[in-house]
Amino acid sequence: MAREYETVIGLEVHVELATRTKIFCGCSTAFGGRPNAHTCPVCTGMPGSLPVLNRRVLEYAVSVGLAMNCDITRNCKFDRKNYFYPDNPQNYQISQLYLPICQNGHIEIECPEGSKKIGIHEIHMEEDAGKLIHDTWEECTLVDYNRSGVPLIEIVTEPDMRSSQEVIAFLEKLRLIIQYLGASDCKLQEGSMRVDVNLSVREKGAPVYGTRTEMKNLNSFHAISRAIEGERNRQIDLLEEGEAIVQETRRWDDEKGCSYAMRSKEDAQDYRYFPDPDLVPIHISQEYLEGIRAGLPEFRTEKMARYKAEYDIPDYDIEIITGSKHMADLFEAAAAICGQPKKVSNWLMGETLRLLREQEMDPQDIRVSPEHLAALIVLVEKKEITGSVAKEVYEVMFAQNVDPIQYVEEKGLKTVNDESALCSVVEQVIAANPQSVSDYRSGKEKALGFLVGQTMKAMKGKADPVSVDRLLRELL
Amino acid sequence: MNLITGTVCMKGICGTLNKKEETEMELLSLSAVELSAAIREGKASAPEAMEAVLAQIDRTEEIYHCYVTIDRDGAMARARQAQCRIEAGELTGPLAGVPMAVKDNLCTEGMLTTCSSKILENFVPTYTAQAVRNLENAGAVLIGKTNMDEFAMGSTTETSCFGPTRNPRNPGYVPGGSSGGSAAAVAAGECFFALGSDTGGSIRQPAGYCGVVGMKPTYGTVSRYGLVAYGSSLDQIGPLTGNVSDCAAVLEAISSHDPKDSTSVERQDTDFTSALTADIAGMRIGIPKDYLREGLDQEVKAAVLRAAEALRERGAVVEEFDLGLVEYAIPAYYTIAAAEASSNLERFDGIKYGYRAPGDMGLHSMYKKTRSQGFGPEVKRRIMLGSFVLSSGYYDAYYLKALKVKAMIKKAFDQAFAGYDLILGPVAPTTAPRLGESLGDPIKMYLGDIYTISVNLAGLPGICVPCGRDRDGLPIGLQLIGDCFQEKKILRAAYTYEQAQYAECKE
Repeated sequence: MAREYETVIGLEVHVELATRTKIFCGCSTAFGGRPNAHTCPVCTGMPGSLPVLNRRVLEYAVSVGLAMNCDITRNCKFDRKNYFYPDNPQNYQISQLYLPICQNGHIEIECPEGSKKIGIHEIHMEEDAGKLIHDTWEECTLVDYNRSGVPLIEIVTEPDMRSSQEVIAFLEKLRLIIQYLGASDCKLQEGSMRVDVNLSVREKGAPVYGTRTEMKNLNSFHAISRAIEGERNRQIDLLEEGEAIVQETRRWDDEKGCSYAMRSKEDAQDYRYFPDPDLVPIHISQEYLEGIRAGLPEFRTEKMARYKAEYDIPDYDIEIITGSKHMADLFEAAAAICGQPKKVSNWLMGETLRLLREQEMDPQDIRVSPEHLAALIVLVEKKEITGSVAKEVYEVMFAQNVDPIQYVEEKGLKTVNDESALCSVVEQVIAANPQSVSDYRSGKEKALGFLVGQTMKAMKGKADPVSVDRLLRELL
Repeated sequence: MNLITGTVCMKGICGTLNKKEETEMELLSLSAVELSAAIREGKASAPEAMEAVLAQIDRTEEIYHCYVTIDRDGAMARARQAQCRIEAGELTGPLAGVPMAVKDNLCTEGMLTTCSSKILENFVPTYTAQAVRNLENAGAVLIGKTNMDEFAMGSTTETSCFGPTRNPRNPGYVPGGSSGGSAAAVAAGECFFALGSDTGGSIRQPAGYCGVVGMKPTYGTVSRYGLVAYGSSLDQIGPLTGNVSDCAAVLEAISSHDPKDSTSVERQDTDFTSALTADIAGMRIGIPKDYLREGLDQEVKAAVLRAAEALRERGAVVEEFDLGLVEYAIPAYYTIAAAEASSNLERFDGIKYGYRAPGDMGLHSMYKKTRSQGFGPEVKRRIMLGSFVLSSGYYDAYYLKALKVKAMIKKAFDQAFAGYDLILGPVAPTTAPRLGESLGDPIKMYLGDIYTISVNLAGLPGICVPCGRDRDGLPIGLQLIGDCFQEKKILRAAYTYEQAQYAECKE
């Protein structure tokens, strides 16, 4: 009889915080830039330099912890994790081992069986490392410290997930919370969110966990799902063959759809953690905590309830719009400007989603500003442009966030309301389509539609279709 | 004989003097504060003072080897610049125009900063340490960088990769360490004052051996930004000077709250020169009995007790008491300092700056060879010791336990300061050892730190002032320790004692 297995999964999620400057110095965190352009004595580990904690990092970490129902460690410290590698200029990473800022939290996720709590073991603050660039031409390795000292939080979950679906549901929820806080954009592809999957399998009902492996290099939710399935199957195959699982770190190759062992537990280094004497212990006062709590934004559940009460838009729209903090912000701002939430929602649910899908983009990458979206809606409302022109304009806005009023003006896309000009075009269309004219006159209503279309085409969409319809009827 | 100002006795070795040399000698006999006053009054100039110091360096540096780097041209250019700023009325402080030396573990922009280690033999920082910057802002003029024990690890300045510094009081002896170059430079008149750093006594002990004044301020008083770290929780920068007044002036100039150093303290009471009054009536001074027990040289003991007597005569209430825990300070210190050092020194890996072992090899071989060749034996010993006490399975037994001892020592001092304004004792169990005597027995060398290291563990301020000489003419150091932020009490007592000594000399 085939044995039944249970998958046990815990995650370590690194999230890059959206601070303007680095965690221990004033250097910019801006992406890109000439190698080592965003560096100073502190983030390049120069002798004599000292770290000073960026207060925004602490604020973000505490707010993420509060949003994830964590206990905030009221007296926390930074520790040094010692290991030699060139991307780490001091050869120790400033992190938190003994007293992480947040502990014992949870996030609730929705599963087919109902909602489920996923425990957060801890969240700690740490610094990112630099980047090694291997120059195969010169056969040397160069170091770029622009990323060195970029602030990270590491969120460590309890081993509470049992399937890739639960993992994805958890990650989506986690990402949304952090995006709502504005603490990070959480982009897996760009590395501002990095997920390591700790996975073990055991026979259903077994009292203890199996030996786990840690999977790295997971660059998309899709890759995470595939890696989980792959690793689950690999471990079960080993167990079925009576072999032992080796505790090790593995690297997922998404192209090949399999993983490779990177290093085993035996190679594990002794990091010689100890409290960093250059940083003073952080005391978190009640006032500080209450201040952060008071500043927490409205999260999705509350926002959905408010939308339901405030706006006359369908539940489905509410779900989609609040599924991205950026989209929700755009919606609220544009609705406030033009006073037409329903129209704003329609633009988001229709054209916006279509373009996002077409261009394989994330809602948080929408560049259209609320002012411009509201202006477009007003243009249509005032019949200054037609619906089809509006869609055309919106595509340009979506690509470049142009001002629709200016754009319509420049490109001459305004609806022509000049009767005489329209009349002459209609007359030309009638003259050019004798067959349709006679069809209409013999009672075929459909033919009128064709003539309207021809007129609109000749007007390049700039005519008001209602006027065209009326004029045609009059002239025929 | 003048016990206080080292420069005076240097006249003797120079033979007959021409007019220029005579002027130079006159300048060299001034204290830092006196020199600055003379410059500001137009009686002398900053370039003249610098020339005098460089001439003295020419005469004596070959013997004493106080410096790693002497930046003659830069020093003269800076002196001329300072003179312009003084004449323009921009510099009016008590150190304006005064030539100074800086220990070679303090970063100086564009000037070699080696920590007397091969691994930093070619390191030129891109920035200047805050304490040095503060002095430059006060108008002091940098001469160069002084020799030290490698990475401040040692008590004799013999672990320097550039060779030892010799004691100007007797070149057969060590100047102490690790700030031996700074102490010797002050004693030899090769500068008017110097900066040192004190992790376990590295300012006070060489001050004692060389017969100058050296002070370690309360932890956090002077910014550590730009000080190449040894034991970060213990390191503190401080002055080495010819007398107590200079010490107060330099301390006042270097103290500042620095947002670049998280451990820097915001203090309002850094007008240390205001404490220089010879008034200690009613001051309660305690002498720990443990500081006078076996291991303490009898001549040193006698000199220290004579100094205590002098203070009593000036109105202080002096008595002996039990401080306790003294024997635990050394193991706790060497555990904590080595642990921090093992991590602080990891950045010296041949990748970014400093020495890299030659040859084509993989990353890990490069690391190993660079560090094997770049660090000297004492530094390696402490890195290994520190790595061991932090390694998993030993952390609790050694490092955490040492932290607990540190907290208990702090408590013992707190209790002592409930009853006393100051604690008085020797700075070291003996006077300076002969060159070459110490390195063979590191444990014995570590034990020599017994009176100084607990001050670092407790973060307290302490001063060393000269209190006589032994039968070989070697200086003996008196240590005064205060509670946190009580530098003024220390300076007042030290100043009073110094005045008493002057009076005695005149008699």
